[in-house]
Amino acid sequence: MTQAPFGRRRGVLASIRKVGAYHLLEVVDRGGPDPEPGQFYMLAAVSGWGAGTDERPFLPRAFSCMGGSAGRVWFMLEDIGPGTHRLARLQKGEPLWLTGPLGHGFRMPEDGRRPILTGGGVGVPPLVMWSQALVERGARPTLQFGFRDAAHAAVAASFDTVQIATDDGSVGHHGLVTELLAAELHRDPHATVYSCGPPGMLEAIRRMCLEREVPAQLALESGMACGFGACFGCVVPLSGGGYARVCVDGPVLDATAIDHVPAH
Amino acid sequence: MSAVDFCGIELAHPIVNGSGTFDAIAAHAVFGDALLEDFPFSAFVSKTITLAVRDGNPPPRLWETPSGMINSIGLPNKGLAGYLEHDLPKLAALPVPLITNVMGSTAGELCELVAACDGQEAIRAIELNVSCPNVKTGLDIGADPASLAEVMRAVRPQTAKPLIVKLTPNTADVALVAAAAEAEGADAVSLINTLRATAQHPDGSGRPWLGGVTGGMSGPAIRAVALAQVTAVAARVSIPVVGMGGVQRGEHAAQLLRAGATLVAVGTESFRDSAAGSRIARELDRLEAR
Repeated sequence: MTQAPFGRRRGVLASIRKVGAYHLLEVVDRGGPDPEPGQFYMLAAVSGWGAGTDERPFLPRAFSCMGGSAGRVWFMLEDIGPGTHRLARLQKGEPLWLTGPLGHGFRMPEDGRRPILTGGGVGVPPLVMWSQALVERGARPTLQFGFRDAAHAAVAASFDTVQIATDDGSVGHHGLVTELLAAELHRDPHATVYSCGPPGMLEAIRRMCLEREVPAQLALESGMACGFGACFGCVVPLSGGGYARVCVDGPVLDATAIDHVPAH
Repeated sequence: MSAVDFCGIELAHPIVNGSGTFDAIAAHAVFGDALLEDFPFSAFVSKTITLAVRDGNPPPRLWETPSGMINSIGLPNKGLAGYLEHDLPKLAALPVPLITNVMGSTAGELCELVAACDGQEAIRAIELNVSCPNVKTGLDIGADPASLAEVMRAVRPQTAKPLIVKLTPNTADVALVAAAAEAEGADAVSLINTLRATAQHPDGSGRPWLGGVTGGMSGPAIRAVALAQVTAVAARVSIPVVGMGGVQRGEHAAQLLRAGATLVAVGTESFRDSAAGSRIARELDRLEAR
């Protein structure tokens, strides 16, 4: 786990680009350490944070990074609420607050298992970063992404080997990405599954992997106030009882460790 | 920075943390020794410890409000035995004095907790969380002066260490409760705790969003309420007051000090900026130097 510098620090938006339904942000983070795949940052705009609908946003927002090295970090977001709305309107050169990299990222597959990376929607970024790290380490990951429609799937167009599923059938397989995963596991179950995506998708993947006794690492998302273990707000129920904090115990947790993925 | 004497404990500056708003053990794992080199508070207040282990409330536990938030965490903790065995040795190694916060639903439970803390050299002061329903009346112990006085009469003889009563703002007259705490031997009072609040599910069904149904509101949205209550309590009692509620900058801390507080606690702002405590202490120092 890469440790974060203490306190929030100022980054600067280097670029912002709209790709289909998503915004891709490149942030200059001088002095920040390189993140590991699956780690996340807490982000907030320095100005105009709290100037939106209902005087929100107030708290910083958690985002997994899509990549990061040499003082640059990449993020992807969809403008769906007051926090993402403000961040999507950041201008090049504008400052933003960062805390991170935070949490525990993905771990290498064991026993020679092949990595299958299955996710969707705003869960794509950590899987993209992990996929690149796996390739650098000589592994050959299978990538499967699910999206609502073609506008959301556009972000995956640059990856030539990815399997795509869309809810409306406008791109790739007409149906759920979990169906693609089931087919892959049927073909060769000697795999480790890595997943990040909406709660319903993650829960379906958790169940599928448990039933087939396939190890799975799930990168969980949760509303959180702090990102460093202070607020105890971002909990997920554990299979042995009690709760884990997504921010400091995760965000990547073994499918066997959790009782279920909360539906929010 | 200006040192402060708080109940006989010398603190480097007046900024501490509100109980349950900073996990120094988790933060040390996340940020490493940089946390200890610039520790953001002049004393560390633990989260609330209860006799038994508590898992806390089912999620969701958070809701963002205009300029603030509601938490419905449910006081998860390892219980007294777990705290003493696992957490206390780590908290004792922090570079600042330790205040342990405890909560019980009966006077007997609180006595057991306070007596156990009394035996620990590393614990310099004990804060009583009295925002807990009295098992007989169903009212929060800290909402009713008579109920609080009864608990204090049982608890006070259990320790010679400073006892701080954390007052709840969810009562008719907080100054009356503070006076009852002082009359029964409290060494200090701290306020305000969070304001009781709730939120509905955004799906429009009207069902509660929070797993615990209700929670406590904090952040700058409640700062003016905190200022009014700290002012009222400081005017009523002669023991030290720890003021808190929505403090984000040195000026907000200065206002609570002018209202009569001896220390100021930072809570929600630490969620937004892990180093907020030391930043606010520095800002306060610059204001005082003017």
